[in-house]
Amino acid sequence: MATEFHNLQELRRSASLANKVFIQRDYSEGTACRFQTKFPSELESRIERTLFEDTVKTLNTFYAEAEKIGGQSYLEGCLACATAYLIFLCMETRYEKVLKKIAKYIQEQNEKIYAPRGLLITDPIERGMRVIEVSIYEDRGSSGSSSGSSSVSGSTAR
Amino acid sequence: MSAVMITRKVRKWERLPGKNTFCCDGRVMMARQKGVFYLTMFLIMGTCSLFFAFECPYLAVHLSPAIPVFAVLLFLFVMAMLLRTSFSDPGVLPRALPEEAAFIEMEIEAANGNVPAGQRPPPRIRNVQINNQIVKLKYCYTCKIFRPPRASHCSICDNCVDRFDHHCPWVGNCVGKRNYRYFYLFTLSLSLLTIYIFAFDIVHVVMRSVDKGFLNTLQETPGTVLEVLVCFFTLWSVVGLTGFHTYLISLNQTTNEDIKGSWSGKNRVQNPYSHKNIIKNCCEVLCGPAYPSVLDRRGLMPEDSSSALTSFAPSSTSIPAPQTTKTTAPLIPNEHTPDDAKPNIAASAEKTSSHKAKSPPPKEEQPPLPTVPPLASPETDAETSISKDKMY
Repeated sequence: MATEFHNLQELRRSASLANKVFIQRDYSEGTACRFQTKFPSELESRIERTLFEDTVKTLNTFYAEAEKIGGQSYLEGCLACATAYLIFLCMETRYEKVLKKIAKYIQEQNEKIYAPRGLLITDPIERGMRVIEVSIYEDRGSSGSSSGSSSVSGSTAR
Repeated sequence: MSAVMITRKVRKWERLPGKNTFCCDGRVMMARQKGVFYLTMFLIMGTCSLFFAFECPYLAVHLSPAIPVFAVLLFLFVMAMLLRTSFSDPGVLPRALPEEAAFIEMEIEAANGNVPAGQRPPPRIRNVQINNQIVKLKYCYTCKIFRPPRASHCSICDNCVDRFDHHCPWVGNCVGKRNYRYFYLFTLSLSLLTIYIFAFDIVHVVMRSVDKGFLNTLQETPGTVLEVLVCFFTLWSVVGLTGFHTYLISLNQTTNEDIKGSWSGKNRVQNPYSHKNIIKNCCEVLCGPAYPSVLDRRGLMPEDSSSALTSFAPSSTSIPAPQTTKTTAPLIPNEHTPDDAKPNIAASAEKTSSHKAKSPPPKEEQPPLPTVPPLASPETDAETSISKDKMY
């Protein structure tokens, strides 16, 4: 069933939330922020696998850039320590700059790729950097409840 | 009870669960018990003001004016680090919203399969492999999440904290991922300050006694005795603590892991987070990136959630059953339930008949079966109940 939504506003206005999928963190490389790129079964009929995996991989590279321990982070740390961390009152940390880039990227992806397919990605920072929440919307005109229950039962049968 | 719409803007910190206190409209975040923190402030400020009042004038004239100047800079650094440690978010993980908690419950149900009646379901543990080491992620029943590696639930603050080190009453806050380096710099600079004041007190007493005699010196500067006493006792504890944390940093371990013996080496278990290089470990902990807070304390609550809270309040009081047996809305994490009802929401069926018979009258019939997956509690888990039996 093809549900066409032309933009984000139309999605929010005319669609009802059917289900949510949560992409968990990938801890195989340590405690750094990384999300699993495994494609969830609930999204199989909604979006192409490669598009979704590209989004998650790009987010992972953003987070890796933010948490990179190298020359720039040492410089920032030492400078901040020398000023008793008062410099953070006027300066933005590198992590915060990358978070802004991530927010812009997610907004862009939602507008271009996800909203036209009836999906919405929530920025992980709003969920404590624990999960990427993907909301699945159904058009209010179509049989929203039956498709909602089928997607729920589909996930328990996994 | 009529539902009154709150028209003023509510910030998110006002609705955060957990036992933290917030000041300055959400900018400052501390634990509830702050008494020992005030004592720390009093000791540091008191001792330093005595030093500036009694010793510094003499030392500035007879030795060098650089001595009080350096003492002032060190004192300001100590205070800055203390306040930064105490007032910042240690790395609290927000609790799972209802949909996320339900999703996790469904995943656990699917993984466990059908548990025969009468048997306890298996413990809620997820295994992940980090650097060729199996690390077990435990499920937090309060926050309804699988804790990330190195995270732990602080019972004093009632929050899961990332890279939890310990809860320090002296700074009045948890020490975790976001404020560990400030805590370490606080203990280090306080050690230096204590040694500095102690040393110059001795120097001052010796220099003055040569001129005027020991007893006259003590009479002229009575503060010296107090300072020496405070510094002497502080030295042993703070310098020892600094040494301990330097050791932990060089191994990239937390106090929590050290106490539990997680990486003590038995069963060939090694610390998977260590870079096996002291310099690299120190650099990661002290010069790593400044992590942002994931608790949006100063954000505004969305309009519909504030109205949902006000309309929910009357329905809870109109139900004749006591709150302890309420199972219809089990997963709302941000409602301020009274302390005695909070643990019972998770384990209603088991606990009400036995422990809480004193407050509400024991109910004859069971509460209606919940439509969401049955709530887990530590009592229904095999592993946690065995470990609890061992405790008693």
